[in-house]
This record gives sequence, C-alpha cells and structure tokens, in this order.
Amino acid sequence: MAGHTPTVDSNTLWGGGISPFNISYGKIMMWFFLVSDAFTFSGLLVSYGFMRHSFVESWPVAERVFTHFPFMHGDHPLLYVALMTFILIMSSVTMVLAVEAGHRMDKNSVIKWMAWTIVGGLVFVGSQAWEWYHFIHGTELGALQLVDGTIVQWVNEAKDSFYLPGKEQIMISGAEAVSMMKNGVEVYGANLTVNEYGLPLFGDFFFFITGFHGTHVFSGVVLNFIIFVNVIKGTYEKRGYYEMVEKVGLYWHFVDLVWVFVFTFFYLV
Amino acid sequence: MDFDRTREYVQHHSEAEGKAQRKIIWVIFWVLLGITGVEVGLGLSWQSIGLAWAFVKWTFIILTLIKAYYIVAYYMHLKHEYKNFIFAVALPYLVLVAYLIVMMLTEAIYVHDIHGLI
Repeated sequence: MAGHTPTVDSNTLWGGGISPFNISYGKIMMWFFLVSDAFTFSGLLVSYGFMRHSFVESWPVAERVFTHFPFMHGDHPLLYVALMTFILIMSSVTMVLAVEAGHRMDKNSVIKWMAWTIVGGLVFVGSQAWEWYHFIHGTELGALQLVDGTIVQWVNEAKDSFYLPGKEQIMISGAEAVSMMKNGVEVYGANLTVNEYGLPLFGDFFFFITGFHGTHVFSGVVLNFIIFVNVIKGTYEKRGYYEMVEKVGLYWHFVDLVWVFVFTFFYLV
Repeated sequence: MDFDRTREYVQHHSEAEGKAQRKIIWVIFWVLLGITGVEVGLGLSWQSIGLAWAFVKWTFIILTLIKAYYIVAYYMHLKHEYKNFIFAVALPYLVLVAYLIVMMLTEAIYVHDIHGLI
C-alpha cells in the first residue's frame, strides 16, 4: 500500500541487487508456501466433489448432520457453523489490524490485536472439537446398517420401519422391514469406517478436510503465539520493523480463506 | 555484514495513512460478514421461499469467490503488490484448479452413470 514505490525499470529489474517484486525474501517464500498449501486443500476439496458427484443420490445432506448448538435443544442447521465462520472472520480482522499497527510501530496495539487473534483462534479450535464430538457421538436414535452395508434411517423411535437412502424417501415397513433388519446392525455416530448419517466416505472427508484445516488453525495459533511473545519482548521494536507479524498474518488469513471454501462446499452446497 | 535485506522492503506508514487503512479494513469486515449472513439466510430459507436449488448453489459459489477475493486482495494485501507478483501467485493456482474442477466434474458424472449400469 504505502511505503516507498521505486520506479520500475524493466531493463535492470531482474539484473540483481534488488528484489524484482519489491517484497522481501521471507514474504515471497511465505506466499509461495501458501500457494502450495492451497493446492493441497484444493486437492482435498476436489476429491470430495468427485466422490459426492459419483454418489449424488446417497450423499448425506450436511444440514441434517450438523444441527447441534450449545445450550439449545432441537435442530439448528447451519447456525453453529455460521458462528464458527464469524469467529474466524473476526480473528482475521484483528490480525490485519495488528499488521496495520506494526506499520506504525505501535507496539501496544500490535500486542492487543495479536492477543485477540490468538483468542479467536483458540475459540475456533475449541468449536471444531465440539463439532467433532457431536459427529462422532451421533444421534440418540442412531441408524441401521443393512447386510450389504447400506445405512437406512429409522422412521421413528419404534424402530420397526425405515427409509432407504435416496431422494424419493422410500419407506420400508412390516414383514419386509423385519426380514431386512434381521442381520442388520444398529450404528451410532461416525468414525472412519461407519457413519450413521450415510456413506462412510462422507465421514472420512469430514475428518480429513476439517481435521487438516484444524491442524492449520492450531499451528497458526502456535506461530501467532511465538510472534506475540517476541512482540512483547520488544524484538521487532529493536529491529525497527514488524514484518514477522505480517508473515504470520498472511498464514492466518490463508487459514480463514480455506475455511470460506470449506464452509461453502461442505456445509452450504 | 547484514545478509537479511528485509529492511529495504519494509513498509511503514503514518498515523493518517493508518487511519485510512483501518477504515478500509472495517468496511471489508462488514462486507465479509454481510455475505456470510446472506449465505446462512439463504441456506436456511431457500426451500420455504421456493427458490431453485441450482440458482441457490451458484449464488453460494459466486458469493464465496467474492469473499475469497476480498480476503486475498485486501487482507493479504495482494492487490497492492507488483503486477508481476500477483500473476506469479495467482496464475499457476487458477490454471491448475480450473483444470482439476473440469476433470472432477466430467469424470465424477461418468463414474456416477457407470454405477447406474452395474
């Protein structure tokens, strides 16, 4: 944005002695790392899309899976994940405010905004743990896994009739249901091999994608904390610039950016 | 000798410039929050107001791309870097991901149709 803007001479720009992009080495490398990381996440989300389109009829609807909200009963689709998204956007704002304060060499503001960013990150990781807990734990009713591995949903607590997966909601009851139930097993919650909400693949992708993102958030919090301690110690004040805050800031915004896509492709679409 | 030349490329700004920047930061925060609000509202209500799913789905995707643009351009500051650098970061990514998405859709639909035949 501001700062010095040297005139660009295309003849000498790549001749050595200066950074042709007018950015420091460390920041360029952070950017290229983020590009490679973005490829990893894109690979995960694209493979999710592949499997989802391949099994489009029997893919669970995320809205019906993630319906819990703390201290509230009943179904609240989307609300919890919306709250998580809000927390992450908010921590992105506090991060960019810390970077801005660094440009003014305002140590106290950097400390304040970085502290809020760390708090936001920790709350987000905690929310994700809560979400995982409920997904692993499942519903009280559970579901039935037939002999061929198909997951069918109970019609009600009586557990004598069920719906086959698919858009048409075909109900099986009576003698037919009894014979199909005979060798089936009741399943509760989700892990890497069983998923009461439908295809196990859905659970696998949920654990891998949100887990990989959560790992990024966690390492982001750790990095932010290290830089935060350095800021308090006055390391960057002595150095004369706060570029390390900018670098961890790039990483933190990237984590927020990935969540924007996970939110859309896992929970909304 | 000082080998770290970061100092030469460090950006500083005055109190007045900072104030202008903070204003932009908060405006973009409200944009991001507003878009997320619209997404959640649409996700909760599209069935009851009778919208077509295809329309809702593409609205979600376009809104997501707008959000991503604002985060990368303003919060990550990419918009204000040299044009060469913007291309060095964005082009390889966009080209490969566009390719991946096309492959994913065509192949997944093919695999889906094969499932129906077995």
